[in-house]
Amino acid sequence: MRLVRALALVLAASLCLGAASEPSERLADPVQEARAKALFTQVRCVVCQNESIDDSQADLAADLRKIVRTEVAQGRNDRQIKAYLVARYGEFILLKPAFSWGNAALWLVPFAIIGLGGLGFLVQARKRTAARSEPELSGLDQALSAAEQEKLTRLLRGDEG
Amino acid sequence: MIVEIGAYCLILALLLSVAQLGLSTGGRMRGSLALIGAGEGAAGAAFLAVLIAFGALMYAFVTSDFSVANVAANSHTAKPLLYKVAGVWGSHEGSMLLWCLALTGFGAAVALTGRGLPVALKAVVVASQGALGVLFLAYTVFASNPFARLLEVPVEGKSLNPLLQDPALAFHPPFLYGGYVGFSIVFSFAIAALVEGRVDAAWARWVRPWSLAAWSLLTVGITLGAFWAYYELGWGGWWFWDPVENASFMPWLIGTALLHSAVVMEKRGALPGWTVFLALAAFTFSMLGAFLVRSGALTSVHAFAVDPKRGILLLSILGIAAGTGFSLFAWRGPRLAAGGLFAPISREGALVINNLVLSAATATVLLGTLYPLIKEALTGQTLSVGTPYFNLTFAPLMALALLVLPLGPLMAWKRGDALGALQRLWWAAVLAVGAGLGVLALLKPSHGFAAIGMALGVWLIAGALTEVAERVHLGKASGQEVRRRLTGLPRGAWGTTLGHAGLGVFALGASFETAYKIEAAQALSLNQSLNVGAYELTLTDVGQVDGPNYIAERGHLTVSRAGKLACTATPERRFYPAGRQTTSEVYICPEGLSDVYLVLGERRTGTGGNPAWLVRAYWNPWARLIFLGPLFMALGGLISLSDRRLRLGAPRRATAIEAAA
Repeated sequence: MRLVRALALVLAASLCLGAASEPSERLADPVQEARAKALFTQVRCVVCQNESIDDSQADLAADLRKIVRTEVAQGRNDRQIKAYLVARYGEFILLKPAFSWGNAALWLVPFAIIGLGGLGFLVQARKRTAARSEPELSGLDQALSAAEQEKLTRLLRGDEG
Repeated sequence: MIVEIGAYCLILALLLSVAQLGLSTGGRMRGSLALIGAGEGAAGAAFLAVLIAFGALMYAFVTSDFSVANVAANSHTAKPLLYKVAGVWGSHEGSMLLWCLALTGFGAAVALTGRGLPVALKAVVVASQGALGVLFLAYTVFASNPFARLLEVPVEGKSLNPLLQDPALAFHPPFLYGGYVGFSIVFSFAIAALVEGRVDAAWARWVRPWSLAAWSLLTVGITLGAFWAYYELGWGGWWFWDPVENASFMPWLIGTALLHSAVVMEKRGALPGWTVFLALAAFTFSMLGAFLVRSGALTSVHAFAVDPKRGILLLSILGIAAGTGFSLFAWRGPRLAAGGLFAPISREGALVINNLVLSAATATVLLGTLYPLIKEALTGQTLSVGTPYFNLTFAPLMALALLVLPLGPLMAWKRGDALGALQRLWWAAVLAVGAGLGVLALLKPSHGFAAIGMALGVWLIAGALTEVAERVHLGKASGQEVRRRLTGLPRGAWGTTLGHAGLGVFALGASFETAYKIEAAQALSLNQSLNVGAYELTLTDVGQVDGPNYIAERGHLTVSRAGKLACTATPERRFYPAGRQTTSEVYICPEGLSDVYLVLGERRTGTGGNPAWLVRAYWNPWARLIFLGPLFMALGGLISLSDRRLRLGAPRRATAIEAAA
């Protein structure tokens, strides 16, 4: 069903095809370039269907890469650069949604499920073993009552039924 | 004429599905074997009718009958035969027909082969499958008819998107749909269990082969899709956490959980309600996928034949089918008898953890996929949920699952010994920690997570080997005894081992590739070179090539390592005149488990006015493991499926034979 990853690529122009590393765009300083590259993967190409500006060859992606590289070269930190992009393009541009109260459900639900599910399982298991195995287990220790012993003997002899 | 036969057979199939539903339901209610048998016959006939319709559409594609709207929109006379055939399922209408083919096919398979099944249970399964057939065939006939004709017949077709003209993608949909729709049988079994009010070990034994088959097909389908993305899209990525990919991943995750809970159900009779719930959920996620991909509700790189009107219809089908299933579950589910007892530390307990993590992982993927929609509906704010989110949520959850995994098979049912299992795994733990630390110390990976991923990969593979060693009493028994035990191992055990080791192989490849991937790009004139990792690539020639339905520029590059020629690469940049599209045909030099990946870009003017071509190259170390791992997993599924126990799979008969003997 992933079948047509492509139709959109073609619609949003064959320009969205291919990756970013156009040699003429690169920063001279390899440390800065690596930082810029790490940022690219977190920024969405807002006109493309669903690609980071690291993956996209759309004109806008190239513009965005230029902005990010300029900001990096000017010594801004990642947080400042992201804030700048969000101010210009909205939260939509970040592929990683902000950690905020508004997004609490998004970030907490996965771990809440594990935590609550695990807790529920432990409680349930404890309750069930306590409820059902105690009589069974304690019963094992006790000798048979006279009536039970008699019934057993009869069963073993094959008299029953 | 043949196209009309196809259209006729499609409507016939719809009516036969209605008959299948009616006859089987009636037969079950009146207890009439004749009606039940007729319902089974209708299931077989419905499959035959869809098969004829499918053949008719294929005929229209192969003969390029452009009076059929679907063919005109998706085919072209100059297209190679393979892609004419693959064009049948390359469009919305055709792919729905493939869906119906799989649906009726699985229905017919149960109706005609499930001889050992209890009559009442089987009748309800066939009826439920018929009901699903009615929904999807009605949708295909009335809203997405692949046989619609055009009044004005075009001389030439618009052709299939060139990116889709690719062998991996030609076979990708049949596997994927086999997987998606295979879960429909499991869904029907769950419905039948709820209607009959009985879930037991025998039920689980009938459900397991179907879920194994569906799961294996889905695994292969997803892997083919990822492999296609890897070499066709031209930037070496293989998974993008795109909504459409997630849509195929969610049924897979739930299917994996189902496989494991069905084991508990079969062996120990525990977790009946949960297993039924997962059986309903797996196909629900398949239908959700069909809806997400086709409705355009989400922006995706692969928006597929998007049509909001049809989206609403598909959503209605999803609502009807899943709504019925889960209502039935809410009503009858609580009455399902709780099964065998077990301590939290036991093999059952380990499988419960597996189920818990996989469910949480599925919920994460679902939430990440739908969150932008929910947020926009509630607050009007748009936002994106992309790869970084899944790396921070899905990855740690899965890491937890992989950490616990090797312990499971080494623990006893009912009450296990975690310490004992750990003691038997000490060498695996040493190897894994050693691999992780070694990676950190020697290779300085760009991301610390890679070391964890590699350690987990080694842990899984070593753990799978430990399990085999334990089963054959390696080191405890004599060599002859070990050999005897090794040949006597049931295939199901081999399947488990291969599946778990395959997951380890995948983890190893995925973390290694992600951490050590090297990328380089440069505009090269003839005889200029570019370095990527240890390799030197030299552009020696660029020529013109005429393909069957495209023209291309083909670059010739020599790839050498330390002065020795490793391979000659010929990446292409193709132009398809029919759709006026340009694609790049990547060239991959396999170097052991790793790939040197080359892309030829556009022509430009280089230094000194000479023509130059933008060449991009990637060094993707251990990339093969990413695709080999899942194939091992699918193979494990198939080997398990061939286990004698599942093939015979009719416990009632077995006891009858024993009693007779």
